Formats: sequence, structure tokens, C-alpha cells
Amino acid sequence: MDTILEVNGLKKYFSGQKAVDDISFAIEKGSVFGLLGPNGAGKTTLLRMITGIFFPDEGNITLNGRHFEPLRDNGLIGYMPEERGLYKKMKIGEQVLYLAQLKGLSKKEALENIKTWFIKFQMESWWNKKVEDLSKGMSQKLQFVTTVVHNPKLIILDEPFSGLDPVNANLIKDEIFRLAKEGATIIFSTHRMEQVEEICNHIVLVNKGNKILDGTVGKIKQDFKENIFEISFDQPLMPEHTAIHLFDVRQSNQNKLRIRINGDFSNNDVLQYFISKELNIRSFNEVLPSLNDIFIRLVQGTPEARQFHN
Amino acid sequence: MNKVLLIISREYTTRVKNKRFLLVTFLMPIIFIGFISGSVYFAASGKEETTIAIVNDPGFLKENLNSDSGNVVFAFPEGADSTNYANMKFDGILYPELSEGRLVAELHSSKQLGFETTRYIERQLNKALENKLLLEKGIEKNTLDSIADASEENVLLKNMVADEDGKSSESNVGIAYGVGFGSGLLIYMTMFIFGAMVMRGVAEEKTNRIAEVIVSSCKPFELMLGKIIGIAGVGLTQLLLWITLMVALSSSLSAFIPAETYQQFQSMQQGQQMISGGAGVNPTALKILEAKSTLIESVNWMLIIGCFLFYFLGGYLFYASLFAAIGSVINEDPQEAQQLMLPITMPIIFSFVILQSVLSNPGSPLAIWTSIIPFTSPIIMMGRIPFGVPGTVPYWQLAASMLSLIGGFIFTTWFAGKIYRTGILMYGKKASWKEMIKWSFRKS
Repeated sequence: MDTILEVNGLKKYFSGQKAVDDISFAIEKGSVFGLLGPNGAGKTTLLRMITGIFFPDEGNITLNGRHFEPLRDNGLIGYMPEERGLYKKMKIGEQVLYLAQLKGLSKKEALENIKTWFIKFQMESWWNKKVEDLSKGMSQKLQFVTTVVHNPKLIILDEPFSGLDPVNANLIKDEIFRLAKEGATIIFSTHRMEQVEEICNHIVLVNKGNKILDGTVGKIKQDFKENIFEISFDQPLMPEHTAIHLFDVRQSNQNKLRIRINGDFSNNDVLQYFISKELNIRSFNEVLPSLNDIFIRLVQGTPEARQFHN
Repeated sequence: MNKVLLIISREYTTRVKNKRFLLVTFLMPIIFIGFISGSVYFAASGKEETTIAIVNDPGFLKENLNSDSGNVVFAFPEGADSTNYANMKFDGILYPELSEGRLVAELHSSKQLGFETTRYIERQLNKALENKLLLEKGIEKNTLDSIADASEENVLLKNMVADEDGKSSESNVGIAYGVGFGSGLLIYMTMFIFGAMVMRGVAEEKTNRIAEVIVSSCKPFELMLGKIIGIAGVGLTQLLLWITLMVALSSSLSAFIPAETYQQFQSMQQGQQMISGGAGVNPTALKILEAKSTLIESVNWMLIIGCFLFYFLGGYLFYASLFAAIGSVINEDPQEAQQLMLPITMPIIFSFVILQSVLSNPGSPLAIWTSIIPFTSPIIMMGRIPFGVPGTVPYWQLAASMLSLIGGFIFTTWFAGKIYRTGILMYGKKASWKEMIKWSFRKS
């Protein structure tokens, strides 16, 4: 697979403080990439360097195989910042047209693209409305359209689902998958871990300006798994069934058990044990840690961890 | 470059298409002309006559007091005193008394008489006393009257100003003062109006958070420049529309003046005497025509309009970028804007304050220096130019002033661009001027 974006040793300081401190990663073409981290971790600064708003103090960025030149390459990027912004008093149609033209589209191309997107999101009747007349969800949809209207190769979305109801969130989620399938690459920045597990193939976790995790979601979970399994039975368990050195019980109720298998033993040892007790096993599943759990473990004890406990 | 053009056109069209812009553009000249013609009308025709009763005439007032002209009528009624003069329809009653050659007069009135009116009464009494003394010295009454007729309104002071070639031309100080003040005031107002427009526009983009979307498509400097130039276009459009409308309206004013008045005026200009009280001649209309013709002839309008547009643009560009820098650092608190604006509004207000003294002495060192320094030059130089180029303002001063203004706005735009770049993406924190200057030295 080709890489579309590669950042190498990026550093950015603000009056002596390290906002981004030596971060490197590469993103594959067509993937959905998650950039995770708590507030103040340096995500926005990192994204602003990738979009060309900031210049890195050190390090370099390669986009589409060549050195990133913001003025030449910003048409390849679509950026939706966390804080949404549109001109409140400008007509919606004119506004999208203006932003598309700023990205380098001709008026004709821009109008064609806008029409396609407006039809897709059932926004055709909105052209002459003003942003101030829209509901929050509607303006989120509009913001998404302004981000992708110029068919960018790299789409950067900072917290794209905040403020969206489930219906519109799904609409946008589907669009993200479709765009990725058509070859666009998505960078998805958030601190909502459950969305990341659902959407992203590859994640990078940053904290305090440093990269602390990098890999595919599956691999990271494997790396951090703790041998925890959930077993359910056809009949209720007796206390004497679980008094064994094979595993520790994490949770139990009636006919369900969550256990952590102790070091030297395998899954099969545990299964054999229950079979020997003549218990009918209905299901046996490994429980992988959630990204949330992993992150908490990684930043345990720091104030940033607290926001993930909630 | 293409992007700057896009930004300019957005800034320009959204503002010019705005209903408020159209309203202000077309109503202003109408209000302005209405205001001027209204005040001319009231000044000429709406004057109220004040009648003054004089009792105990010391003997010479009745013959020597002139009550034909002006708005004060003197009368010498029988039996009037301070209790009943109001009932006899007099506005005031005067008790003159002559003692040792001094005329002491006490004026009673039911309401305060204006400054002009009391000055007029004083002058008339003074003249009457003068006449009495002249008559006593043996000058005949006829001689006195003929001198009075001849001298009235027959003095004309012409100030000939020599230019560098030694050629003298007539300068009309009154008109130069008026035009200078008018253009200075207009520059002062437009600098504030359009400067504040730039500041609000930038602050709006920042608080709307659209700035971040846009600077991911273009350089922050391009966004700032586009806004400043776009609004300059709005200002120029408005000014040009105003000038056109004013010219159209004031020439249509002549249509209301009867043809015979116009002929009378033309014959007067050819040196013929005006037949006083000629039938159908409206003195007000005549005065307007007279004022108009001196205004048009005595001022080099091409030069003034050309310089005005230059100083309007130069002054605007000089300050607009600074206003943009402030717009970029403020958050939603208008109080903050006030504080940060002070160092920028001070020199503008200062220029306007010293404009008056510059106008009364347009060749003074203060006038020369403040018209060259770009912080004050747009207002001050526009005040001086109507006094004559190259008479009062030598070419070198004009050139120095224009060049330093151009250099000035290039510098302020560069400086403000650096602040803007940082400020526009900075939220929540209040910036001070000290920090802003620090940003301006920082590499991107």
C-alpha cells in the first residue's frame, strides 16, 4: 500500500512550551486514521501543521510522495476544524462556492460538485438560506460539505460527530466510509474512543505532545490484552466451581463468568476444567481491552486520564 | 494572487449588496444637501425681527440711528416704559443716557436677546454717536450720508499669494479654510468608519471560527490583505457615489433659481451694478449663485479631489491593517477592543484636534511636520492643500508626505500581518500590545 502522508520528527514550540514534541507516523492511502488524545495533547497543533496553517519548528511532512508545500498542496486537503466556522450572514450556496473556489476549483467545477453534495444530503432548497437560520445539526452537515466539496485526497476531521444526532452522525459516518473506499484518506481526530474503535483502521495516540501508541486497532488490542475471557453456561454456577488456581474471577452472576486466566495456563486448560465439572458451556469469548482502557492504563495517574474514566 | 482576488470580491460584494450600504450611500447626500440648503434657507429668510423701543432719546438718536438694515428695528414710541413695552409689541426697551461724552444704555427685555443682536445694537449706537460727534465738528449731514453709502460693503480684501515662479494668484482664505476643514473632517470620519469595518470583519471571522477554515486554503496575510482591499473598494465606491450625487444634486439646485435672477447674476459678474430691489430678484438665490461661482472658480478642484482620493486611500491603508491586527486579537469582549484601540485612535483624534490650528496657520512648522508624518498626514495635509499647491504647500512637502505615507502603510501592513497571523488562531487569551509586538518579531 502507498503512503499518502508521512510526518517525520515534527516539533512545534509555543513560547518555550512543547506543543508537539518529535512525532512521526505514516498514513496509508485509503485508510481511516485515528488521531487520539486528550484535550491539550497537541492534536490540533499537529493537524494545523499538516494543513499548512502552522509551519513546524523542526521535522518535515511528505504528502503524496513529495515535500508538503502548503500553498501548492492545500487543494489536496479538506480540513474541518473542531470549532466549526461559517459566515453567519452569507447565503449557504455562495458560501460553499466561495470556499470551494478558495481551494482552487473553477466556478463551474465547484457548482457541479456542490449540486451533487446538496442532492445527496437533501440540501437543494438551502441555497438562499443563511447559516444563522440553520439548526446546529444542519450547519454541521453544511460544514462537512464545505470540507469535502473539492474532492480532497486527504480529509481531516476534528471531532466530526460532536453535536450531531444519531441519524446525521450515521449519514456522515457512511460518507466517511464511502470516501475512504473511493480512495480518499481520512484523518479522524477525537477523544471519543468508542467511535475510533468503530471507524478507524489505524490509530496514533498522543499525550503531552508525544506519540505513545501507533498501530492498527486489532494489533494494539492484542498487545494490551490481559487474558480475560467471558464464559456463559446453561446452568447456574456453584461457588465451588470457581475455587481453582487456573484463573481469577473478575465478575460473576448466575450463569455468566468473567475470568482472567493465570499466566501458565491456556484457554483449553480452562475449557477442559469446566467440561470435567460437567457444566454445559454456551459461549466462550476473549474480552479485548477497549482503547479507552488502554489509554487509561498508559496515562494512568496523570490528570488527562481522568476524563476517560467518565 | 487569485485567492486574494476571490477574497477581495467576497468582501466587496457582500458589503455593497447589503441594504444598509445602499441606504447610507443614497440617503447621506440627500441629508447633507438638505441640511445645507435648510440652514441657508433659515439663515436668509427665517430671521426674526427684533423691535426695540427707545425712551428718553438724548437728542441725536432719532436722526442718526440707522434702522433700515439688519434685523433690529428701532422705534421711539410715546408713553412706553418698562412695564408696558411688551404689551406694545416691543421685544425690548432701551434707556440711553449721555454723560461726559459716554453713551450708557440700559437694555431691558423679557427674553435673552442673542449675542448677534446685542452686538448689532451696540454697533448702531456707536455709529450714531460717531455721527453726532462728526456733525458737531461741522461736517454736513449730506457729506456724512454719501460717505456712509459709498463705504458700505465696498471693501474687498484680496490676498495675493506668490508661487515659486513669482506669479501671484488670488487665494481665498475663507474658502480654503472651509474646503480644508471639510476634507480633513471627511478623511477623519472615513478612517474611523472603514477602519472599524475592517476590525469588525476580522473579529467576526475569528469569533465565527471561519478563519481557521480559510487559512487552511490561503495564507493569513492574503486573507487580511483581501479584506483590507475589499473594504477600500467599498469606501471608494461610496465616496465616488457621494461625489457624483452631490454634483448632480447641487446642479439641480440651480434649476430652482428663476432665469431672471440668473441673468442678473451674469450681468453683475460682467461688472454692472446691481439695481437694488430689482423686480423679481431673490437675494437668497443670488447669494447661492455667487457662493457657488466663487467656490468653483477659486479652488483647484481636480487637485483637491485627486489628493483627497490619495490621502483617503493612503490613510485608510495605513490604519486599516492596524485595526485588522486588533480585530485579530480580541475575543468577544468589546471592552477589550476599546482598550487596544486607544493607541491607534489617539493619533487620528490628535490630527483632528490640531487641524484647526493648522488651518489658521497652514505654513507653520507644526503644520509642515504633521503633514509629512504618516500618522497625521492624511488629515493635516488635506487641510493644507486647499490653501494652494505649490503656494502654501511646496511640491517637496507634498512629495515627502505622499512617499512617507506609502512607506508607512507598507510598514504597518507588514507589522500588522505578523500580529494577525498569530492572533487570528488564538482563543481565550487576552493579548497585550507588548505581546503583540513580540509576535511581530517571531518567525512563522
